[in-house]
Amino acid sequence: MRLLGFALVSLFLALMVYATGGLPDRGNPEAPGHENVWHYYLEKSMEETATPNVVTAVLADYRSFDTFGETIVIFTAGLACIVILMKRLK
Amino acid sequence: MIQQPSTIVRTVVNLLVPFIQLFALYAIVHGHYGAGGGFQGGALLAVSIVLSRISNGAESLERFSSTRATVIAAGGMLLFGLVGIVPMFFGASFLDYEGLPLFWVHGAELRYLGILIIEVGIALAVFGTLVLIYDSLAGDKW
Repeated sequence: MRLLGFALVSLFLALMVYATGGLPDRGNPEAPGHENVWHYYLEKSMEETATPNVVTAVLADYRSFDTFGETIVIFTAGLACIVILMKRLK
Repeated sequence: MIQQPSTIVRTVVNLLVPFIQLFALYAIVHGHYGAGGGFQGGALLAVSIVLSRISNGAESLERFSSTRATVIAAGGMLLFGLVGIVPMFFGASFLDYEGLPLFWVHGAELRYLGILIIEVGIALAVFGTLVLIYDSLAGDKW
């Protein structure tokens, strides 16, 4: 069981390290993050999502996949607290 | 020396809790227009319960149990997941709110509604999770 956990974690770590190779180089001016995507959000968010607050439109619509992950992280933290800290009823 | 919170503390907290919860609801639905949103509103909701836990103790646990907090957290997560998956059955991609089967609204307004639904989901998940973390730190039984 312990070995299986170790193998799973190592496999996940290897996957993460492998995925790092696909990221753009550090300081690369042509990386997607530097391609001025904010123009699009500022100009189109009102007509596409009818939401005056661009932060909310980006957070919950354009980048909602990221927000989904964030919520899962919080939920997992709560579950871990139950498993580790809560006393069990006898 | 540990003693029960005084009558003043309990009365003030019991007075404050509904107002904190009302402000939490405001924060959740106001995310479209200004500061606010699911995370903040959920944290405020959790704060109201935690305040009640600190001052009322076991009485608060009877009114709002840890099990219920777990159910609420999981329900919020499920709501978010469903909003993600349901559009896939209607020909849209994951989390594309325009594919939600609410046929009386269209286009931008449907995305507006989708944002509101997932904000509520986030708020419920954060609310339940924070209460759970407090309960487990306070040493409640599971």
